[in-house]
Amino acid sequence: MNLRYSESEERFRGELRGWLDKVLPTVGPPPASDDWPGRRAYDTAWQRMLYEAGYAGINWPKELGGRGASPTEHLVFLEETERAHAPYVGVNFVGLLHAGPTLIAEASPEQRSRYLPPILRGDEVWCQGFSEPGAGSDLAALRTRAVRDGDHYVVSGQKIWTSHAEVADFCELLVRTDPHAPKHRGISWLVLPMDSPGVEVRPLRTIYGTAEFSEVFLDEVRVPVANRVGVENDGWRVAMVTFSFERGTAFVSELLQSMELLESLVGIARSTRDGAQPWDDLGVRRELGHLAADLDALWSLTKRNVTQASRTGVPGVGGSVFKLHYSEVRHRLGDLALRILDRAGLSFDDLGGARSGEQVKGWVHALSISIAAGTSQIQRNILGERVLGLPRER
Amino acid sequence: MDFELSEDQEALQDAVRKLCAGAYPMATVRSLEAHGGVERDLWRRLADAGVFSLRLPEPDGGVGLGSSEAVLVFEELGRALVPGPLLWSHLGAAVVDGAASGELVIGGVERRGQGGPQPLLLVEHLAALDRLLVLDDAGVWELEPTAVKGELVPHPLDPLTPLHAVQELPPGIQVAGPDTAAAWRLEGATFAAAILLGLAEAVTDMAVAYAKERQQFDRPVGSFQAVKHILADMLVRAEVARAAVYAAGAHLDDPGVGDVLRAVTGAKLMAGDAALANGKACIQVHGGMGFTWEVDAHLYLKRARVLDTVFGSTQAQAEVMAALI
Repeated sequence: MNLRYSESEERFRGELRGWLDKVLPTVGPPPASDDWPGRRAYDTAWQRMLYEAGYAGINWPKELGGRGASPTEHLVFLEETERAHAPYVGVNFVGLLHAGPTLIAEASPEQRSRYLPPILRGDEVWCQGFSEPGAGSDLAALRTRAVRDGDHYVVSGQKIWTSHAEVADFCELLVRTDPHAPKHRGISWLVLPMDSPGVEVRPLRTIYGTAEFSEVFLDEVRVPVANRVGVENDGWRVAMVTFSFERGTAFVSELLQSMELLESLVGIARSTRDGAQPWDDLGVRRELGHLAADLDALWSLTKRNVTQASRTGVPGVGGSVFKLHYSEVRHRLGDLALRILDRAGLSFDDLGGARSGEQVKGWVHALSISIAAGTSQIQRNILGERVLGLPRER
Repeated sequence: MDFELSEDQEALQDAVRKLCAGAYPMATVRSLEAHGGVERDLWRRLADAGVFSLRLPEPDGGVGLGSSEAVLVFEELGRALVPGPLLWSHLGAAVVDGAASGELVIGGVERRGQGGPQPLLLVEHLAALDRLLVLDDAGVWELEPTAVKGELVPHPLDPLTPLHAVQELPPGIQVAGPDTAAAWRLEGATFAAAILLGLAEAVTDMAVAYAKERQQFDRPVGSFQAVKHILADMLVRAEVARAAVYAAGAHLDDPGVGDVLRAVTGAKLMAGDAALANGKACIQVHGGMGFTWEVDAHLYLKRARVLDTVFGSTQAQAEVMAALI
């Protein structure tokens, strides 16, 4: 057990910091959250800068264009870019953290050489077509069908909660290729080009008031069989590989943002309003302290998870532990923020001093953390059954 | 960065777990109620295993290990619900001859502030002690337990932690200065957190085992999501606390890694949370049986309450944490 970063890890940190100091002043402010073309241009331009400086795909193998760095260096990368307020991974999220790692683990050499380099260069954006209106937490209940027709699949159905669909080039798509097999066995994992005829994207307005994700309608879309990743009807296992990556280090940036959110909330609590400071309230102070301890513990847990991943090569169940607790902490943080802001928390704009709007957005955002990427209830089942060995409910 | 146990640390953890299983099976632990929580032969076995001398330098007859290792040892003592003034005998081994070897049993109490009316002063295990240490901002003071006038509390919450209500502590002899006192506060909080972590894990294991075995509606109760989710939450609390407590031990060993006070404060808070919440959850999972004296669950929850009140409660630590952010 050694919490010190090694010399080479610190050297990597130093180089990265130096590069960030140099380039970040040239990067403009991010576009508005509902300006999708603007977001794509901004996020992919940043990815291109990372690529050209040798910082794309930190933990991807070198032979596939990545940096081949250790999980700890990946952690350092996420830590430094977040602390420097570098652009967030944004529309490249699915490609870099989801589809990319899955393709590395499961795709054919041809598929890898076709799809991975453009992800790293920021040339191509991916989205995820897993969830359906009737199959969210019970993902294997998905009904989107793919019928074989020569060397194509003909795909019809509907996907939902698809982030970045409006600006994505490809979709990692789960389809049912055998309607007669048990529900986990008849699924395949396809690469869907989003410009295929028959693909229609309809943005969904979220409780933020803006469109954050979309519904995707698929009407007899022809997808080459060559776009299937893995064996036909083995897509569920491939999807599970995707999930194990999703639950690995995908929340590191989120966690660091939460720490900043807490600091900014402390600033708001310490500012005087109506002749008093919320900070003077012992209950408020204790809850802020408590949340700081929770976030610190989650940071330590992240380090343990990363260490375990580097020893075993795959992310363990630590991701489920992290996500469950992190979700609850974010709910508590958001609730406390709105309690402190009182009526200043009634707008997404800054009303209650510096950056109150971001606290309000954080409160809303927490509602999605305990739902997206496996609800808290599903995470509890995973831990109960796969870690504690409890029998399934019938 | 490598935040996992080394092979040596795993071996140490394993050895202490075996020692506890051999020397402190639950029947023995329960029997200690009749001995005020301390039985000399068993105490010496802890000493022989290095529990008290663990961090003393080898030339002084110690084992020469660090706080990271002590954390693992106390975690196992907590898991086995080993009673007695473990923390104070461990800390006191540095200043009282005979403590490291287990020849003397050392207790202790924290004195906050100076002068003025003191809060309720409760001394644990007083009747079983050879020396009593008093920790305050000025340093550490050694007292003869027989010189301490106190009344035995007739019904202590934790039957294995007898208490004396003491009006006033005699002056005693100073055995360490303010620097040691400050270090002990951090170490005491960390090792108390480690015991709390062990308690949190033990009740999780106990509740899971029961939920797999106990049948209702013709199914093990652990198959029901209503119960399964309680157990998953117990696991999460214990794992999050473990990360915090191990980090605190590592910070004590290598203060250059980060803010030691912050790491220790967070660890005590998270471990206290986990032990208290898991203790209650364990009783809930056991249903009516959990409310009986025969089922062990209450003993863990009560010990967690005792430990939450030493070296800074969760409430106090939350305030310390607030001052640090």
